Amino acid sequence: MITKRIIPCLDVRDGRVVKGVNFEGLSDVSSPVALGKFYSDNGADELVFYDITASVEGRGLFTDILREVASQIFIPLTVGGGINALEDFDRVLKCGADKVSVNSGAIKNPSLVLEAAKKYGDQCVVLSVDMKRVDGKFMVFAKGGRENTGMEALSWIKRCEKMGAGEIVVNSIDTDGVKKGFDLEMLEAVCDITSVPVIASGGAGCMQDFVDLFQALPKVDAGLAASIFHFGEVAIPDLKKTLAENNIIARR
Amino acid sequence: MIAIVDYGVGNLFSLKSSLRVIGAEVQVTGDAEVIRNSEKIILPGVGAFEDAIKKLRETGLDKVILEEVAKGKPLLGICLGMQMLFEKSYEYGEHQGLGLISGSVKPIAPVITEGLKVPHIGWNALLFPKDKSGLYRYINEGECVYFVHSFAAMDCDSAVTATAEYGAMLTASVEKKNVYGTQFHPEKSGEVGLKILKAFCEL
Repeated sequence: MITKRIIPCLDVRDGRVVKGVNFEGLSDVSSPVALGKFYSDNGADELVFYDITASVEGRGLFTDILREVASQIFIPLTVGGGINALEDFDRVLKCGADKVSVNSGAIKNPSLVLEAAKKYGDQCVVLSVDMKRVDGKFMVFAKGGRENTGMEALSWIKRCEKMGAGEIVVNSIDTDGVKKGFDLEMLEAVCDITSVPVIASGGAGCMQDFVDLFQALPKVDAGLAASIFHFGEVAIPDLKKTLAENNIIARR
Repeated sequence: MIAIVDYGVGNLFSLKSSLRVIGAEVQVTGDAEVIRNSEKIILPGVGAFEDAIKKLRETGLDKVILEEVAKGKPLLGICLGMQMLFEKSYEYGEHQGLGLISGSVKPIAPVITEGLKVPHIGWNALLFPKDKSGLYRYINEGECVYFVHSFAAMDCDSAVTATAEYGAMLTASVEKKNVYGTQFHPEKSGEVGLKILKAFCEL
């Protein structure tokens, strides 16, 4: 049976991992290669590298870093951040990314999803959606959660799935950073309307949150988190062990 | 030297890097002479079957591969590269493959349990239906590898060396004499994948 995936997300700016912290035996935690390798060696099923650079120079540096990561780490790599055109897909895929995550680029130009899926295949296009409750409805937010786009999230997801999005990352702005668990209600609503893999993001604070996620919502394929892994609050080998003890199938 | 066949399909960066990491001498090439001078051939591929086999034929490299395989040179097809080893594919129509292994490539949707998602994407355990293939000499049954596919090889029981359970037993790898194929991506399967590539390099 297919295993549930655990995915650490690394924000990269000017060639360095932002929010890098202390890991025993890891001298340079701000190096995307060193940290990525650490996670890969310790049971991460996939890595997400998020480019949070604003400048053109930064973008070039990110691509160089990605190439270095991909030449040393042999698990699936997803790249997001600054993906606004087909050329951006091309740029990161050539450097070893396997999947490309689009968010605001798709909001600005929805046909990007369609064009990218046609050119690179559905499996390559990951739709990342920042979602938040407004008056009882799930809305799509832009600009890092600051701006309500006025689009309803569930219909946006359905529309992008039709255009060829192969996976959906659900970032709950309501639970992000709160560390009280994933947004099960929001995730269930997404699982009900989509038939592609769903990746849960936002809210994980401890190992039990992942157990609750996969037990409550067997249709969720993966859990993504950043700081709890980076700050060593949850070690992935322990998490995998806990999942197994709760009869959740995970790769060891 | 191992030749990775470059016929304009797919991203070969990870495959090249993974072989380098295990110490193999490798060349990504579309040059028939380089392929003829290689010790082993890897045929990668992602995307649609029709487009890929068409590109392979347009380059004329299909014939070179068949000639080299006939001489006994080991060939490893990966993902779509494995699917092309078969006689036929029913991916959007009916297309002829290289015909090195009997069987055909069909959609997984009708054979798997209803409600399971397609593509079959993620890490799944390898199961060995018979004696362990030489490709798996450094790994154990039950270890996980990374899959991304919506079509799978069927009607090829005698060639199957590993399966993966996903609402059905899907063909994970095949072997016939010096021809090998993996539906999964060894170059994306972490340490386990590197060990499989190492075993191929040592054949």
